[in-house]
Amino acid sequence: MSKKTEEQIEPRRISRIGPKAILRGVLKHNLSRAGIVIIILLASMAVFAPLLAPYDPNAQDLYQVLTGPSTDHWLGTDNVGRDLLSRVIYGSRVSLTVGFFSVFISVCIGVVLGLIAGYNGGVADMIIMRIVDTFMCIPFLPFVLVLAAALGPGLKNIILALAVLGWTGFCRIMRGQVLMVRELPYVEAARAAGASGFRIMFKHLFPNCLAPIIVAVTISLGGFIMLESTMSFFGLGVQPPTPSWGKELRTGYSYLETVPLFSIAPGILITLAVLAFNFLGDGLRDALDPRLRGEGKKIK
Amino acid sequence: MLNKDKILLEVKDLKMHFPITTGWMFKKTIGHVKAVDGISFEIARGETLGLVGESGCGKTTTGRALLQLERPTSGHIFFEGEDITGMEEKALRALRKKMQMIFQDPFGSLNPRMTAGEIIGEPLQIHNMVYGKSEYEKKVKELMVTVGLSPVMMERYPHEFSGGQRQRIGVARALSVRPDLIVCDEPVSALDVSIQAQIINLLEELQEKFNLAYLFIAHDLAVVRHISNRIAVMYLGEIVEVATQADLYRNPLHPYTRSLLSAIPVPDPIVEAQRDHVLLEGEVPSPVNPPSGCKFHPRCPIADFPRCREEKPILFEIVDGNHWVACHGG
Amino acid sequence: MPPLLEIKSLSTHFFTDDGLVKAVDRISYDIHEGETVGLVGESGCGKSVSALSLLRLIPNPPGKIVGGKIFFEGRDLLKLTEDEMCEVRGNKMAMIFQEPMNSLNPVRTIGWQISEPLEIHLGMSREEGLKKCVQLLTDVKIPEPATRVNAYPHLFSGGMRQRTMIAMGLGCNPRLIIADEPTTALDVTTQAQLLELMKNLTRDYQTALLIITHNLGIVARYADRINVMYAGRIIEKGTAVDIFKNPRHPYTEGLMASVPRLDYDIKKKLVPIEGQPPDFLNMPKGCSFHPRCVYVFDRCRVETPELIPIFENHEAACWRNVK
Repeated sequence: MSKKTEEQIEPRRISRIGPKAILRGVLKHNLSRAGIVIIILLASMAVFAPLLAPYDPNAQDLYQVLTGPSTDHWLGTDNVGRDLLSRVIYGSRVSLTVGFFSVFISVCIGVVLGLIAGYNGGVADMIIMRIVDTFMCIPFLPFVLVLAAALGPGLKNIILALAVLGWTGFCRIMRGQVLMVRELPYVEAARAAGASGFRIMFKHLFPNCLAPIIVAVTISLGGFIMLESTMSFFGLGVQPPTPSWGKELRTGYSYLETVPLFSIAPGILITLAVLAFNFLGDGLRDALDPRLRGEGKKIK
Repeated sequence: MLNKDKILLEVKDLKMHFPITTGWMFKKTIGHVKAVDGISFEIARGETLGLVGESGCGKTTTGRALLQLERPTSGHIFFEGEDITGMEEKALRALRKKMQMIFQDPFGSLNPRMTAGEIIGEPLQIHNMVYGKSEYEKKVKELMVTVGLSPVMMERYPHEFSGGQRQRIGVARALSVRPDLIVCDEPVSALDVSIQAQIINLLEELQEKFNLAYLFIAHDLAVVRHISNRIAVMYLGEIVEVATQADLYRNPLHPYTRSLLSAIPVPDPIVEAQRDHVLLEGEVPSPVNPPSGCKFHPRCPIADFPRCREEKPILFEIVDGNHWVACHGG
Repeated sequence: MPPLLEIKSLSTHFFTDDGLVKAVDRISYDIHEGETVGLVGESGCGKSVSALSLLRLIPNPPGKIVGGKIFFEGRDLLKLTEDEMCEVRGNKMAMIFQEPMNSLNPVRTIGWQISEPLEIHLGMSREEGLKKCVQLLTDVKIPEPATRVNAYPHLFSGGMRQRTMIAMGLGCNPRLIIADEPTTALDVTTQAQLLELMKNLTRDYQTALLIITHNLGIVARYADRINVMYAGRIIEKGTAVDIFKNPRHPYTEGLMASVPRLDYDIKKKLVPIEGQPPDFLNMPKGCSFHPRCVYVFDRCRVETPELIPIFENHEAACWRNVK
């Protein structure tokens, strides 16, 4: 037995595939670092809203309507005297919740269908892809609005509406990846070992097709937050008096000349959120791609 | 040919034709890639049959057909006397314990997201051959030691191993279910020269220890020589010569075999200077439209027309049970 | 006669995130007019990097030629401007790469690609270039050259594409052709055809040939002199006959013993070289081969040996040769 081989084995490289390595890769870029910081701040804002908000966001003070920024109300008040700062802080809960859950459901549906379509091919693939094509033909925004209008307003319904159309993108991405990965020798090796279709799909294909999905998720988060804002802008979405960034933006629209901060404050936060997720997505893409294409440079 | 009792695997007239289709909606078949075009051979328990040929000759396809990773178009495969051609997936699963495969690409054949231990132990899990975590770990560690890997590397990922070590992981994986036959698909082609010898020696040791049979697929006759008992030479989907290892190198009969041997340079300048170099003209024809009659006739230095163009030679025995060739010139 | 190419102490380093990689570490060798020299080593030893360094094609970042001199026809290539270097590439010194599938531009005809260097360096017009193309394609034995000139690469097989590369390389009648693993991706019989072709052509055109390969058989058959590379350094140099008959470095010796050969009558057991090639980021101290060496003794672990002349025209970097 080649004894010497065993002794020769030393750690070749410190970096490994896995969350730690990816995190390190992401943290290398300033932009994605900024993105992470912003996301953490916004998430904290949502979680600790009761602690952070100076006032009850629904508390009306009809003597202090539409004031500009003051020492009492840092961002001023809205048209029924509610503190804008508190409403914006609480608004983060709605926006981030909608963003997160709608993306989550979309991903679940899209990834599973994409796996099935990509791995099985044939009839299953054709059916699923034609469904995807059909959904994609429908103009996104109008359909979401119609769906939301039909389902009625409310948090759950927006999430549902967004998820119903959003899954197609993830399905396509997943399928594309699966088509590529299923030709790789280790998948064949698993088949040769007797692995069942399920095992191959979830143990072998799924983990190795995740990279572009992760990137798409971060970017979609930004996109879906935007959409929620748009929907609230058009009057769908959460019911009054619950604040959301989009709602506030919409309401403040009428008062742009007098109290511009009414719209601008939530507007800035929406922008920040979308930017932050996009930066994170960029950083993740850079961190994930070379790691998956080949483990480091090879010198010839 | 061989002692009937000892035959592990028998292939009869195997054909693998892949249709070429046009159109995207209603596919029409306009031709076939005749990757494997009627081959027959046997492998006995514990022996190594080398399967040699260049790219496009169908050797890899044959290997995959044995494991039923591709369904044969026609022909039969018998394993331990049982016809396994066209078996159902469920029945095949039991078979997969007895036939395994080692792949060519040490990088691509291991799932980059699984640890070495998980990769090696996966077949054990699939076939429910271990109960409980500690037994699993014990078996995996045993396997790692058997193939020359240090068991402490169990938790490492493939990219932390070198090419040769990865190939050892592949060997351990194939070995885990104690198969009777392992199809080795160019297992050393992608490795460095100095590592190839390690893996070849390892495979030989394992064969002796576990009485394994190998179908050793390679394009390098020099490599195949060291490990095979018998060797079959393939050209464009057909077997053109089968002989024992000693016979093939001492007395190659088929003109293709001769040119193949001649094309491989020997690492010795003095020997090289004295060798004849038989150079073939042209390139390997496409398996979609192979030449008529003897497929080798357009490039054959001793082709005899019109016979070689019209009549397809069949494999016939030259020496009793030990040397077969498919050539009219013999 | 001074050699055509004289490399003195060439070093190419890569500055990577994980550390400094001395891909090529002070190598020196030369090539004379019309001779065929082999550069042998396994993957990762730095031989391809050294070839790219000759043509100054090292990507920067992360790589950089950090030292040495490359005298070609009397001039130090490392001192030339980029324009002057462009004049050398493809014209006086040509390179044939390993991957025939990727080395040709898929959207240009064969004729266009072969005549490109002719137009750039020799100032030919398109018609003159295409005429020369047909002649070159005939030289490399591509059938029906007159029609093939207008074909696109995807119609060619791997062997034919490599022949096209050879034709491109020979177009301007260079003094030196560098062939980097030219046949590794090809079938054995195609490999033999191509190498014979290259040998005959370089003899007819009196071009020097540098064959870079891991295949000992190829250098045994075609090379006059051989340099053996390991971990970025040349560890043995000599004539082909000398090196094969009397290897003086344990790595060379180990390689010969571990390579399967066609010509032994009795089945000899392969003797592999134990261990793995070293990690450039974690080079062993002293002689880079010592962890795998069967003859290792104390000095090897501490001091790095330089090339020591043993016989005339035979050098090896091993302390065993110094007693």
